[in-house]
Parts: sequence; structure tokens; C-alpha cells
Amino acid sequence: MIAILRRVIKEPTGLFGLLLVTLIVVSALLAGVVAPYDPIALNIPDRLQSPSQAHLLGTDQLGRDLFSRVLHGGRVALGVALTAIGVALAVGIVLGMLAGFGPRWLDKAILLLFDTIRSFPTVMFALATVALVGPSLQTVIAVIIVTTIPTYGRVVRTQTLSIKSNEFIKAEQVMGAKTTRILGLHILPNIVGPLMILASMDIPTVIALEAGLSFLGMGVKPPTPSWGSILNDGFSLIRVTPWPIIAGSVPLILITLGFTYLGESLRDFIDPKLRKSF
Amino acid sequence: MTEPLLTIRNLSVDYRIDTGRLQALRQINIDVPKGSIVGVVGESGCGKSTLISSIIRLLPHNASVSNGTIEFEGANLLDLSENEMRTMRGTRISIVFQDPMTSLNPVLSIEQQMTHIQYRDQRSTSDKLNKSLAMLESVGIADPRKRITQYPHEYSGGMLQRISIAMALQAQPSLLIADEPTTALDATLEVQIIHLLKDIQAEFGCSILFISHHLGVIAELCDYVVVMYAGEVVEQGTVRDVFHNPAHPYTQKLLECDPAGIQTKTRILPVIPGEIPDLVNLSGGCIFSSRCHCVLPDCETHIPQRREVTSGHSANCHLLSA
Amino acid sequence: MLLYIVKRTALGVVIVLLAVALLFCMIHLIPGDPARIILGPRATPELIAAMSVRLGLDLPFPVQIARFFANLLRGDLGMDVITNRPVVEIVLGQLPYTLWLIFLSIVFAGLIGIPLGCYSALHRNTLFDRISGFVSVSFITTPSFVVALYALLIFAVALKWFPAVGAGDKGDLLDQAVHLVLPVFSIGLAWVGYLARLVRASMLEVMQESHIRTARAFGLSERRVIYHYALKLAILPTVSVIGVGMGFLLSSALLTEIVFARPGIGKLIYDSVITRNYPVVMGSVLVSTILFVFSTTMSDLINAWLDPRTRKTL
Repeated sequence: MIAILRRVIKEPTGLFGLLLVTLIVVSALLAGVVAPYDPIALNIPDRLQSPSQAHLLGTDQLGRDLFSRVLHGGRVALGVALTAIGVALAVGIVLGMLAGFGPRWLDKAILLLFDTIRSFPTVMFALATVALVGPSLQTVIAVIIVTTIPTYGRVVRTQTLSIKSNEFIKAEQVMGAKTTRILGLHILPNIVGPLMILASMDIPTVIALEAGLSFLGMGVKPPTPSWGSILNDGFSLIRVTPWPIIAGSVPLILITLGFTYLGESLRDFIDPKLRKSF
Repeated sequence: MTEPLLTIRNLSVDYRIDTGRLQALRQINIDVPKGSIVGVVGESGCGKSTLISSIIRLLPHNASVSNGTIEFEGANLLDLSENEMRTMRGTRISIVFQDPMTSLNPVLSIEQQMTHIQYRDQRSTSDKLNKSLAMLESVGIADPRKRITQYPHEYSGGMLQRISIAMALQAQPSLLIADEPTTALDATLEVQIIHLLKDIQAEFGCSILFISHHLGVIAELCDYVVVMYAGEVVEQGTVRDVFHNPAHPYTQKLLECDPAGIQTKTRILPVIPGEIPDLVNLSGGCIFSSRCHCVLPDCETHIPQRREVTSGHSANCHLLSA
Repeated sequence: MLLYIVKRTALGVVIVLLAVALLFCMIHLIPGDPARIILGPRATPELIAAMSVRLGLDLPFPVQIARFFANLLRGDLGMDVITNRPVVEIVLGQLPYTLWLIFLSIVFAGLIGIPLGCYSALHRNTLFDRISGFVSVSFITTPSFVVALYALLIFAVALKWFPAVGAGDKGDLLDQAVHLVLPVFSIGLAWVGYLARLVRASMLEVMQESHIRTARAFGLSERRVIYHYALKLAILPTVSVIGVGMGFLLSSALLTEIVFARPGIGKLIYDSVITRNYPVVMGSVLVSTILFVFSTTMSDLINAWLDPRTRKTL
């Protein structure tokens, strides 16, 4: 682990990514302590202020401190990303292994299911779901889970198939090893590496998706702060003040940039071959 | 020896690598007489490819010629401008590469590729097509009119190598460089390609610089042979002289190791013990001294100079002056 | 080749049918009565019952799905519950706006991204290459709606160079073009970076291949080697990337259409979600899904045709 870290920070882009990610993760974790104001406390007399000593990023139309809202918004972004990717990974691993190790018809059926899910444009699929069950963070997470499962499932399936054809797995099978034993003992450890890289490179996409949906008012409910909802406020105030847009977008850009660079340097370090496959 | 077509003098080429300056070629002297076939033989890594790349001046970016001249038809190729050199390529000097399956563009048809390389000619497209067809015919492609519209992947390796040769000869160059043209092919095809090259040399009268690590092929095809080891020429002369009377210990070992030349039944194939030396940190002595079976005191300290064994047959070895 | 076309198209059709079925099941399996959702919380039970009959929700599930597919085959996606016009008509009326937006964004991205990637590959590890690499990654990672917000803020609100809302006058082509500039820029920017990186990577790979050395050894000009021999190969992957990227393009078109208040299928979906105009949401999601599947299918076919190695064997 330390060796990987050392290798990552040797590259300027890797170091840059790690710094950005650390900065935003730490500030999101410490949001409760660091934030100078309550992110949802109204303060109408102080509304629409430009940045100042008192309000580092200014205030919004309800006088809420934007800096505090941005810090708390980071919690939402990271929380959604980690939950959604975690669940999607777990389901993707199971389905991918089933497809890779199971009978041919099951493999075909799962692949077809993956292809079908992938055929929906994500944001439109999310809107259709929201139309049915109403906007909420849970809906956003559920949509992200459903739409990212196929990505992981496909990778797991391909890796499972390639490992399955190895001689040592065949030998174990001949000796009567249980399928679950083979999957857990040999295949799982072999696919964890590539999956982790894939997942870390997906975090920015998921964060951007959550922000986009919250921007459309399909994600978090007001007054909960999210970068997307801050941007939505900024959008309606665009002719009045640029600050909410700047406040909501800068952390969003920084964290996606950070995770992308971190993911790329991890990938180059762990498996240069993966460069081509995605 | 007849009038020389290509004369390489004191050619040295370096690669800049992480650990320093890799001296890939050192003080190379080679003559290719007009109308002759000269074979260059040596293990992989001895500098054969660097030699070719230096002649056609397509060295990798981290390589540079540090010394020497390459005289071709009265001009030093190393002095030519990039444009002048480009005119040389494909017209006066052509090359046939090692692996025909990858040396032709996969997304262009043979016709397109053969037409493109005639871009200098002012003739009409149909004239160019006819020229291409005639060339294909002369290298033994049956039904060229139908096959010329096909793409490389639709041909077999042997056929592609014939096409490569046809392309190389299209502009009637005076020098054809063949870079291990048969290594990627199987043995029967190898014989066919060798015969094709021999016929073509007789027909077009060009010189051929033939690179190979296969001694049998060299003996079959070439008039002269140059033996290279670790970036130096260690011996050269007529095929008869070098093969029957090798003067350099490396050449002697190489000939002993050729499976075709082994007369007695054996379980163990002979090898030359040791490894190719590090070309970044040279010792200052004879490059072969670490693997040689008859080392003299001078070998460790002085680089041997080129000495004549008989007229036209020379080797770089201290044994000759001892 | 013919067999491949048939097979690939069949797969596309199957996926569309499955997607439709999935969408349909989702509507009916998720708790909540669509009629109630459409009419809102204050609707009386009588109104809800009437709406259920109108939407055919009172019929048994298998009958509903059969009827749905039968209607779909006739090109009938149901009726807009608010304006009472056929959904197909409404969706197809909005589709051209989105298609133009996406098409022009890709053209813009290709015109800048491909030369940029090509140039970077040929001048590898120079300052230009490093800057272009950093800029490309920044473009890729910035969400399109954030670009759209900044474009709106800077070029429409502050500088007033371009109009902020709408698609321009119907008859006035120039006006429409002016209205397209910022949205196209917003969607295309990420793709500029994406295509630049993709072309750079594949160009570097192709330039290493030995047929490039052959072309040079025949004295072909560097221009011809690069544009005719290398780029032709290096550009192949972009076709499939654009095909698969259609999903992202549709998603960013939706967000961009909302930021610039442009008509289009994305804005249609959004507005319908807000007004709970259920049949229109389903109809437009369906049409965009079909569009996405169509474009991935086409890109596979085009790719197979562009590459002579697959053109004849498939």
C-alpha cells in the first residue's frame, strides 16, 4: 500500500490528484467542525453577499453561507459516490462471476441484461425513475447503482473467463474443488486490483452525475446542500451574482480532476495493460 | 573487386539511454560493390538493424551518428538534406523488411500502396497501375489484375513478401536492402524467396545488402559476407574465403554452431559461452575478448585493427598480428 | 458482411425491445399509481379512476403490455395527458433540435480534438503536448452543464456576445446558428479533450507499427505518411467511441438544453417530469433509448466497414 502511494506521488499528476482528493475528502469529513456557519441556517439580511472575510464564498439568496454549504455538499457528493459504487461493485462482482462461471445460457442472459441497461441514456433513465417515485437522494443512488452494475459486471466476467481457462483452475476442478471455493480463493483476488482502479476512475463520473441530477432538482431535497443544488441556485441567480456558480463548480471540477489523475496513475502503476481496455 | 556502390567508412552510432551512451555501432567499414550481393551476419543485437536504419537515415529519435561517412553513388548520404534523402529512398535505395505481415499498411489496398510509392512519376494512373501489375507478375503473383485490389490480410506471408520485393524494385533502385526477409517465413517459402532475390538481382542488376542470422542462406545467396559482433565488423571477405578459412575466433565459433554444418551426431548443440558485453561501459579492449577461447595479453587492452588475411579478406583480431 | 449486418441489427432490435419491456415493467412494478402521480395529491378517487381507464391501467398486466407493444409497432406512444396530442408527434417535433445539437457538438469536437491529438502525438513530450494533455483532462472532467453555466454566465450574461435562451427564429438560419454556438461549445468541450487523448494514444501506437517505417523507407512525404497511412488507422477507434458515447451525449444535451432553455428532447423530458406528464416522459425516454441503440449499432457497422480487415470476412 505504502509502495503504491510512494509510486503514485512520484508522478507530478499523481501527486496533484492525491493532494486534491485528500483536500476535498478531509474538508468534507471535517465539514461539521470547519464550516463557519450552519449550512441551512437562513440569514435573510445578509443575502447575496460577495465573498468577504465573514463569508469566504459569499451568501446565497437566503443568506446561507456558501462556503459552509460547499463543505457540507462534499459530504453528499462523496457519500453518494461511495455508497453507489460500493453496492454496484458487489452486485457487479456476483453477476459477473455468475456469467463467467455459470452455464452458457446464463452468461448470454446476463450479458443481454447488461446491454439493455446500458442502452438507456443515464440522465434520461434517472428522470424517468424520478417521474415514477419522486425526487430523492435514494432515487439518485439507486439509479447510479443500476446503471453502473453492467460496467463492473462485464469486467468481472471477462476476467473470470480468462482466469477460468488457466491450467491451475482446471486442475482444481478436476480434483473436485467446489465452485465457490475456486471463485473465492482464486478468481476474486485476481480481479480486485483492476476493479479498484475502475471504481476509483468512476468516482468523478458518479459525482458529476449526482451534481447534474441535483442541479435538475431530481436529487437532494432543499435545504440540504449539494454542489448540484448550489449550482441550481446559481443558475436562477445568474443575472444577479456569479458567486454561487463559482462556489458550486470549483469543488466539483477539482474533485473530478483529482480522482481522474489519481485513478490514472494508479492504473499505470498497477496494470499498464488496462490502458487499452478502457 | 569491382567499383563500389556503397562505401561505409568508420561509421559509429550511439543511442542515448537512461544509463548513458550506448555505442551501438563502432567504426564500421563495409563495401558493397556494384551488382553484388553482400550478406551481413550476426546475432540479434549486434547492430544489424541500426546499420540499415543508418543507411536509409531512419534512426530512432534517441540515436545519432557520431562519426563516419556513407558514400553512395558518389555522395555522402549523411550530408544530404532531409528532402534529398527522401528522394533517395524508394528510388535509388529500397528496402524489404523482416515481417511482411506487419510491414504493409493494413487499411490500404496493394494497388493504393503500389501507386503511392510511384508518386514521383508524372505518368497517368493507368500507366502506374500497369507498372504495378507488371512488377507483381515478375515476382510470381498469379492473376495480378484481380489480386491487386486486395488488402494485405488477404494474402499469405510468402505472397506479401513477394509483393514487398516488387514494391522495392518498382523504381529500379541500385541498392536493395533486405532485412532478414525470410525470418518470418517457413523453410520452403524461404528457399523460394531466396531464389526470387537471386533471379531479380540477375534481371535488374542491382546490388543487394542482405541481412540475416542464417549462415546457410548467406552461403547460398551472397558473394561477400560481413560478420558483425556487438556493434563491430569482426571479419569480412568473399563467402568462400570467410566460410572456408575463417580468421576471427567469433566467425569460427559461429560456423561451428551452425546446425547445418554439424557433421557428427551429438546430443548437445554447440554454443558460444558468455554473453554480449555491455555497450554502455566498454572495456577498451577487443569486444570479443570476454568470450574468446584464445585471448592474448593485448586483447584486454587494445582494440584490434583491421588486417588483411588474404586480398579482399580481412578480420579485426590480434591473432593476425601475433 | 451481410450476415454481420443482419446479426448486429437483430441484436439492436432485441435490446430495444428488452429496454422497452424493462421500462414498462418498471412503471408497473414500482409502487405508486401512475394515474395518481399524473393528477397530483389533491385528485379525487373518481378522477383517478377515470385517468386509469384512459391510460388503460385498469386492464390486467399481460393485456397492458401486449397492447403497449402493439401500439408501439404502429408508432403509437399514447396521448399527451395535458394537450391531448399524440406523444409521437410531440417527441418527433423536438427530436431535430437535439439531433442537430449533438451532431454539431461532435463535429466541433472532431475538428479540434482530432488535429490536437494528432499534433500532440507527433510532438510527444514537448511543452505543447503536456499542456494539451492537462487541458484535455480538464475538459473531460468538467461536467457539461458546468461548462454550460459558465458559457452562459460569461458569454451571454456578462459579455452579451451570444443569446442566452431559446433556439432562435424558426425561419432565420443565422439566428438559429447563433443560438447553437454556446450549447454546442458546452457539449463539445469534453469531447474535444476526449477525442484528443484518444487520437493521441492510438496515433502513438500506430506510428510505432512497422508499416509506417515501410512507408517512410519508400520516401513517401511525412505529410502522406501521417495523414494517409497513420491517421486513417488511428481514427478507427473514434467511430466506436462516438457511437457508445451517444448515451453521454444525450445526457449532456438534456442538461444543456435546460441551461439554455432550448427546445429539444431533453427539455421535453424535464418539463414533462415537472408537469407529471407521464406518457410524454415514457415516450421521449423510449425514443432517446432507441436513438442510443441505433447509434451504437451503426457505429459497429461503420467500423466493420471502414476496416478492410473486417469488411470482407464478416
